[in-house]
Amino acid sequence: MQLSANNKSTSIFREIDWTTVIIYLLMILAGVASIYAASYDFDEASMLSFDEFSGKQVRWIGLGLVIAFVVLMTDARMFETYAYPVYIIMLVLLLVTPFIAPDIKGSRSWLVIGSMSLQPAEFAKVTTALALAKLFNGYNFVLNAKMSNYAKALAIIILPIVLILAQNETGSALVYMSLFFVLYREGMTGLILFAALMSVVIFVLTVKFVDPGFLGIATGEFAILLIVMLIVVDMTYMYDKRLTLPRNLVLWFSGVLLVMWIVGGPCGVDLPARACLLSALAIASIYIAVAAIGRHRNKLFVPVITAVLAVGLMFSVNVAFNQLQPHQQQRIRVVLGIEEDLRGAGYNVNQSKIAIGSGGFAGKGFLNGTQTKLKYVPEQHTDFIFCTIGEEEGFVGAMLVVGLYLALILRIISIAERQPRPFGRVYAYCVASYLIFHFCINIGMVIGLCPVIGIPLPFFSYGGSSLWGFTLLLFILLRIDATRKYYN
Amino acid sequence: MRKDYKLEKRKYVIGGFIVVIALIYAIRLFDLQLNDDRYKKRADSNAFLEKTIYPSRGLMYDRNGELVVYNQPAYDVMIIPRDVQPFDTVDFCNTIHITPEQLRRRFEDMRDKRLNPGYSTYTPQRLITQLSTQDYGRLQEKLYRFPGFFIQKRILRQYNYAAAANVLGNLREVSRADIEADPYYMAGDYTGDLGVERSYEQYLRGVKGVEVLMRDANGRIQGRYEGGAHDVEPISGRDLTLSLDIRLQQYAESLMVGKRGAVVAIEPSTGEILCLVSSPSYDPRLLVGRKRGENYRMLTEDPSLPLFDRALGGAYPPGSTFKPSQGLIFLQEGIINTSTTYPCTGGYVNGGLRVGCHAHGSPLPLKPALQTSCNAFFCWGFKNMIDRRSKYGTPAQAFEIWKNHLVSMGYGYRLGVDLPHESRGFLPNAKFYSKFYGEGRWSANTVISVAIGQGEILATPLQIANLAATIANRGWFITPHVVKAIQDTVMPAELLEKRYPTIDAHWYDDVAEGMHMAVLGGTCRRAQIPGMEVAGKTGTAQNPHGKDHSAFMSFAPFDNPRIAVAVYVENGGFGAVFGVPIGSLVMEKYLNDTIAPSRQYMETQMLNTSVYYATKRK
Repeated sequence: MQLSANNKSTSIFREIDWTTVIIYLLMILAGVASIYAASYDFDEASMLSFDEFSGKQVRWIGLGLVIAFVVLMTDARMFETYAYPVYIIMLVLLLVTPFIAPDIKGSRSWLVIGSMSLQPAEFAKVTTALALAKLFNGYNFVLNAKMSNYAKALAIIILPIVLILAQNETGSALVYMSLFFVLYREGMTGLILFAALMSVVIFVLTVKFVDPGFLGIATGEFAILLIVMLIVVDMTYMYDKRLTLPRNLVLWFSGVLLVMWIVGGPCGVDLPARACLLSALAIASIYIAVAAIGRHRNKLFVPVITAVLAVGLMFSVNVAFNQLQPHQQQRIRVVLGIEEDLRGAGYNVNQSKIAIGSGGFAGKGFLNGTQTKLKYVPEQHTDFIFCTIGEEEGFVGAMLVVGLYLALILRIISIAERQPRPFGRVYAYCVASYLIFHFCINIGMVIGLCPVIGIPLPFFSYGGSSLWGFTLLLFILLRIDATRKYYN
Repeated sequence: MRKDYKLEKRKYVIGGFIVVIALIYAIRLFDLQLNDDRYKKRADSNAFLEKTIYPSRGLMYDRNGELVVYNQPAYDVMIIPRDVQPFDTVDFCNTIHITPEQLRRRFEDMRDKRLNPGYSTYTPQRLITQLSTQDYGRLQEKLYRFPGFFIQKRILRQYNYAAAANVLGNLREVSRADIEADPYYMAGDYTGDLGVERSYEQYLRGVKGVEVLMRDANGRIQGRYEGGAHDVEPISGRDLTLSLDIRLQQYAESLMVGKRGAVVAIEPSTGEILCLVSSPSYDPRLLVGRKRGENYRMLTEDPSLPLFDRALGGAYPPGSTFKPSQGLIFLQEGIINTSTTYPCTGGYVNGGLRVGCHAHGSPLPLKPALQTSCNAFFCWGFKNMIDRRSKYGTPAQAFEIWKNHLVSMGYGYRLGVDLPHESRGFLPNAKFYSKFYGEGRWSANTVISVAIGQGEILATPLQIANLAATIANRGWFITPHVVKAIQDTVMPAELLEKRYPTIDAHWYDDVAEGMHMAVLGGTCRRAQIPGMEVAGKTGTAQNPHGKDHSAFMSFAPFDNPRIAVAVYVENGGFGAVFGVPIGSLVMEKYLNDTIAPSRQYMETQMLNTSVYYATKRK
């Protein structure tokens, strides 16, 4: 394709997506105010001294804006041209980081340059996104065309994960898993995301609901078996509308069970619920498998495999759960609400829930949060910044932040879809995926819905690396987006 | 540009996903912030004060049920720096009897992150430790005048007897390393130091409890959080029954006053240690209370090393107490039988070598050799074994077999006593000599002194006592231990199992008989206790530190032994001078509870005699 000349005129400011820029500016302003509030000390209040976190953050933001400006002034083709070399340089940097970085809280991920500490892992997000975008921009590249395309894409994603894991930064490494959204958008079967979602559901149900609440088997197990049955029946119907037997079979078994429950339950008869449900599933699966072979419909194997995997996962979850480290098990149990541990693993989350919960509708007012001021919540200005907002600005403030994120992510998706070339689209989806992951995990952890995984809330949390990394991600996107018209 | 409209629809899935998540979060925020005022209440109560409740530490009784170690309360003044307001320091200092200067220094130390890594202005900090009960009472009345201050009850140790300090051990504040190694500990906690306090720490300490209190914005306690639902009761430590006879321990310690060395007595049938004396000793009460630091320094600086447990940490040449083990090996290996005789021409003379001996009949077999402690007999035996190439090949191979027998008797390795800092003594192996003299360039005569417990061989008094117990049992022993029972727990199996040396049991009868003869008409005649059959073996160990060490090992009664004992007195001279009287008095005291009138002169003599030590050493 031919690139029109003269795309680095001053017209850049007319072409860039101001909606995104405004959301960005709102976020960093709200962020620095929250950091100021979080590290505010009743006794030794000093207005934005550069020794305070907020003062330092202002400096990071100032330099971040310079970076943003430089990015906007750069020729957009540069990002594409140098995507691979920069990606490789970053991998090398990640590789050497653990060897030259000092040990900070058990993690070797910070490079100290003069008075600054930077985390290469944050910048690797940019290079990985660019490399992935470049891969998909290859001539006639279609992800589903051949397996080697998957291999290449996965290699680009997995290399930084491995290197970041070596720095003991599990949270930062997990972020890259979000790039599966990009693969999905580019054609990867949705079954993989579906399987991941199902695995989480099965895990939570199995681990959390172990009480023999219903028909003599664990409530979680009962729920899973029902869900799996519904999915199997539904999938079978979707792939072959003539196959009605599984549905009837399952209905029939469930009916028998229901009757037995109504009739036998009150009399104290032991119901073979597990045997009933499992044999219904098994007979249905065998029937579908036979049909799949008989009719040469390979797609019909999907529900069968789903059933087998789901039931297998359910029974192996307990085994797998016991393989985890005790503190990880505990974190999971605390998050699932099985265990309340106010002094150990649950301390952070409990304190942060108290802080947020005490905010009420309108909050206690800027700088008036007692929980955050009295340092009840650890990592107040970094990973747990959202709870300062929740406490001081209340439900209104917290929802505004959620709203800003939702707006930003949806905006980026819409920017992605208007890109004329796969490069811009894939890159934009990468940015959206990172933000989705950080948003979901960080806020989820602060409000006690996700395990505590130490990753920052982009644009809000204190820290230069995260701020600069996401600023780069966003402004490179804006720069690429600004040139879209030249391709039509 | 090719566009795949089917794939483009997937933006709705991704967008939908994030909308659903945002919705879930909105519901959660609604629930937390608007629906549930529990969090608001908790926050308004300004969170919790977690007060540690220290469990009572396990007590220690002796084998007769005498209470030996118990607890006494002490009171620490704690502050939450954040909540402290300017207060009347003069009044405070007068109340608890410290100077304003001391108080100022305590505040400085508390804030020093190097001394107190856990310092935070928001959490309780220990300001003054171990108030006396009187000071505690006075301060308690005035506490309302000092906001941010509270008093925490702690447990200190107290001792009924000024004895067995080396066995009991004591408590010290945990070090930084302790806290890092075991998250159970917090700065300022106590942990066992030395002795049983150290080795049974896990049993003695119990489990700390916690009281979750709520406080208002001014730091005043408002009561328990959710009515105490989150409190954890402390679990008391387990009591221990020691195998020591504390009165015997006291008696043995008094006999050892003025001498450096050790006395170890074991009940052979159980391996239970009846007394474990290391001399000089100290009063365990010195290491309790506010003077602990000062006293501890004094003890570490004492050149006679009172904190060093000679009974199990001291490695000494065993001297002639080693000979019974030699006799056993030679019998087992068929080097001698009970009628084999060796000549003693005033010593062992062979190949230009001479090991001196004293005047007695010659030639003689094993039992009289033990009776008279004949050096020549055991040197000949050793030579015949090590140099018997027809049986063993090389001296090195013979030596390894010799060594392995000794290892099976408990030499050269830690016995595994349930106390810290046990020494393994020293037992050379063939490699050791091959390295020193060269491969194949040494034989029996080169290393002949080990045959009589001299030379490179080193053993702890505990190992010597264990040999006595093994002979008393005629061929087995149980790992010596000082704890007889743990409350609500079974003893570790390794402290109950019989261990069998690689010597056939019937050989022990002969060696025991020889030791019996030594008491009846040999080197340790002074060990005779009226109405009691005693077996014993003296030792006089040459050493590079001056006068010979006086050693003795023994057991009684001969046919049904109830006590085996080893005595080691540094630079005490002949075994018969200190070893025999002290050892036999300890046995007599244990078996008869009184000392026969005919032997009371010996008791007086031992109580009043000191050995002069000029130099600093173990």
